[in-house]
Amino acid sequence: MSEKAATLTKKDFESDQIVRWCPGCGDYAILTSVQTVFAELGIPKEQLVIISGIGCSSRFPYYVDCYGFHTIHGRAPAIATGLKVSRPDLSVWVVTGDGDGLSIGGNHLLHALRRNVNLKILLFNNRIYGLTKGQTSPTSEYGKKTKSTPMGSVDRPINPISVALAAEATFVARSVDVFNAHLRDLLHRASRHDGSAFVEIFQNCNIFNDDAWIGVTDRERRDDAVIYLEHGKPMRFGKEGNRGIRLNGTRAEVVELGKDGVSESDLAVHDEADESLAYVLSRFAPPHFPTPLGVFRRVEYPSYQSSVAEQIRSAKEKQGEGDLLALLQAGDVWEVKR
Amino acid sequence: MNVKQLESLETVVVRFAGDSGDGVQITGDQFTNTTAIQGNDLATLPDFPAEIRAPAGTLPGVSGFQIHFSSNEIFTPGDQPDVLVAYNPAALKANLRDLPPSGTIVVDVDAFEARNLTKAGYKSNPLEDGSLTAYRVLAVPLTSLTVKTLEAVELTHKERVRCKNFFALGMMYWLFSRSLDATLAFIADKFKKNPKFVEANSTALKAGYAYCDASEVFQTRFEVPPAPQAPGLYRNIAGNEALALGLVAASHRAKVPIFFGSYPITPASEVLEQLARHKNFGVVTFQAEDEIAAVTSAIGASFGGSLGVTATSGPGVALKTEGIGLAVMVELPLVVLNIQRAGPSTGMPTKTEQADLLQALFGRNGEAPVAVLAPATPSDCFAIAFEAVRIATKYMVPVFVLSDGYVANGSEPWKLPRSLDQLPTIDVKFHTKREGFQPYTRDGATLARPWVKPGTPGLQHRIGGLEKADGTGNISYDPDNHQRMVSLRAEKVQRIVQDVPDLEVFGPKRGKLLVVGWGGTYGAIHSAVRRSQAQGLSVAQIHLRYLNPFPANLGDLLKSYEKVLVPELNMGQLRMLLRARYLVDAVGLNKVQGMPFKVRELMARIQEMIA
Repeated sequence: MSEKAATLTKKDFESDQIVRWCPGCGDYAILTSVQTVFAELGIPKEQLVIISGIGCSSRFPYYVDCYGFHTIHGRAPAIATGLKVSRPDLSVWVVTGDGDGLSIGGNHLLHALRRNVNLKILLFNNRIYGLTKGQTSPTSEYGKKTKSTPMGSVDRPINPISVALAAEATFVARSVDVFNAHLRDLLHRASRHDGSAFVEIFQNCNIFNDDAWIGVTDRERRDDAVIYLEHGKPMRFGKEGNRGIRLNGTRAEVVELGKDGVSESDLAVHDEADESLAYVLSRFAPPHFPTPLGVFRRVEYPSYQSSVAEQIRSAKEKQGEGDLLALLQAGDVWEVKR
Repeated sequence: MNVKQLESLETVVVRFAGDSGDGVQITGDQFTNTTAIQGNDLATLPDFPAEIRAPAGTLPGVSGFQIHFSSNEIFTPGDQPDVLVAYNPAALKANLRDLPPSGTIVVDVDAFEARNLTKAGYKSNPLEDGSLTAYRVLAVPLTSLTVKTLEAVELTHKERVRCKNFFALGMMYWLFSRSLDATLAFIADKFKKNPKFVEANSTALKAGYAYCDASEVFQTRFEVPPAPQAPGLYRNIAGNEALALGLVAASHRAKVPIFFGSYPITPASEVLEQLARHKNFGVVTFQAEDEIAAVTSAIGASFGGSLGVTATSGPGVALKTEGIGLAVMVELPLVVLNIQRAGPSTGMPTKTEQADLLQALFGRNGEAPVAVLAPATPSDCFAIAFEAVRIATKYMVPVFVLSDGYVANGSEPWKLPRSLDQLPTIDVKFHTKREGFQPYTRDGATLARPWVKPGTPGLQHRIGGLEKADGTGNISYDPDNHQRMVSLRAEKVQRIVQDVPDLEVFGPKRGKLLVVGWGGTYGAIHSAVRRSQAQGLSVAQIHLRYLNPFPANLGDLLKSYEKVLVPELNMGQLRMLLRARYLVDAVGLNKVQGMPFKVRELMARIQEMIA
């Protein structure tokens, strides 16, 4: 009776609800990519679930025709953990934002990642609180003037990728709302990963923080501002592909190929299993370094829900399927006779 | 040879007291277990500090365990001990005021040396200064006797000293004519990895028994014959263990797996520990990163078609509040166990109180009604946990269970079901039909919405914390819809009353005084009312296990007596509810000392009100 997964199209994942984000919001592009990718996954639509918290991005589940749960502020990773652990058969996606995921829900994000629950966590980072109309967020720049920080924010921003790596996440990646092909490819890879997959998505809030990522998205500049991470390949970037990353120990530097005798063999080769390298890359930021996009880290560890299921299977094997009457009558039991 | 006298007693209260590290709780548990097997009715009251090992010999480090056992039916762990076993001066000092004149004190003489006396704040040795003449003092060199007994066992001095609790237990077994068998079996099992300790502790136990037999200090031993219990199988059970078993049983009957999300907190942690051992029943236990994740993970599991349960104490409930509100809004089953402790804030974690009733009923934003149940005794925790699951799944609603530290740690004999047919059925049906499906349509009788498992083809839908349109469940800000939905959620909880049995009155159907209690105060109130009735007083008892909704006949009962007394271990929370709801002039007896009611406190108030 299930919808034939093979014949699904993006349209099958459009819900009957009117999308209510501001015109021009980056969320529209992400929604289209997610709907497109969902149709391509080969998973029946009733097996897909999206769990969200609170914020603009967290309205996401209403607009995708699969199972969905719009929960409370910051708690989506915890709710999704309960769902995934009790229903390992489902494909569970979490949609969160920089405020929801890194401020009020920071704790849950850390623990979902370190446990390696098989959740696909999409964190839409627009560096602002949008739904509450423009206050500073944990990823807002130092000194940023917002409604809640008229003299400039004195908070130092948090780096979502560094945080995810520190939390032992087994899949850590970054893309951009409007980089459709790149984002969809990452979503596919995240879906295939057996463990928690963390994807930071640069997302533009054109109302309260327009052009937050213009340095990355601007067609004129982006080739020199972005480096695409590809496993096993030398790290090259730039319009002509003539720039690259060289490592001196853990210190990275930007070099130009052909200049001062630098050749491709001098460049660092991306290795998704190298956690030190992943951390070094996570610190790359303008103006001195290009912004990395792609997969920073991908390693395989047993996923949480499979370990839980294995313990239950093993307990049943050793102790036998639970015998309730025997359990109740266990221990020191005595009988009172008539 | 001594000729010992054997005296038969109807009822005895023994209290063991010592340092937190003295093994007082193990000794108490063992005495309880042996006594249960011997067929006495019993009730226990462990009383321990929150500190794991407070400085040895000091008053804050004193841990106690009281057991009341009888050849008759009893309902409380006893107001005051007949026998106090004190391992050191601090234990004597902390407990002496509870001992009635002519009570028996068993002390370890070896511990009454200068340093310990100073630490306990004694200026002179109470064993020598005549301050204990009102009592019967059995002074035993417990430590040195134990060490001497174990000379042949290859142990360090410290290890030998640690066996003194079993020496003392052996003495108590002699004094009250108990068998050593169950404890010997326990020792053999507990230390099976270390045969040296099996030998040492068994030897100490037997030596304590033999010492009393031989010593002239002990001239009289007592027997407490078995209580007349209804025929059947019994085991002794503590409240937290009974909660865990009730959940497993309900899950088994409902054929819905339990997902238990919890964060360690006193005095609720045992429920998590107990359930973690029952994985072969398909129970998933999840030790969450915090209280919020504990409840929200449970809600996530309920969304997936498991039965989400969380357990905590008051401070944890405070953190779970928003999550519980979400469960109210999305109308998913959820069971929240609150093992209440003395508050506010961190309060007194190991001490009991009943001050979270209003929190359970009203502690959420908006109009967010939930069902509230409260177990009356340790073994009633089984039935209440079972009932909570039944109501949560039948009405698609969060259900609070208000246990407390006293019920959680106290124990009593529990009559076991002979077969599973004796347990109620729980009929859970997941909705799978596509035709006409809407996530917020309702059952005509219960007003429950359909429970749909994700993965069910064709029923994809979205739920969330925003207000729902009646029927479709779509987001709605429509004023009339909100009014209707608030009323529907309230009405749904009210309809649970059709599943709530009428209250039974203990005593006359009308009269001078009705005593109304709830939760863990049942035993003390029942004893007090029973004894007052025996004195000819016109007093009756009703006891609430359902706090929301109240039983249907509560209002009529309250109006059938001249006066209403509401004893509670809080400042009058149920009393406030009864006054507001039924306009009765109920008065309170309110105690917040971290300890249960004493029967005599209740009897005094009953007499005062009738006089």
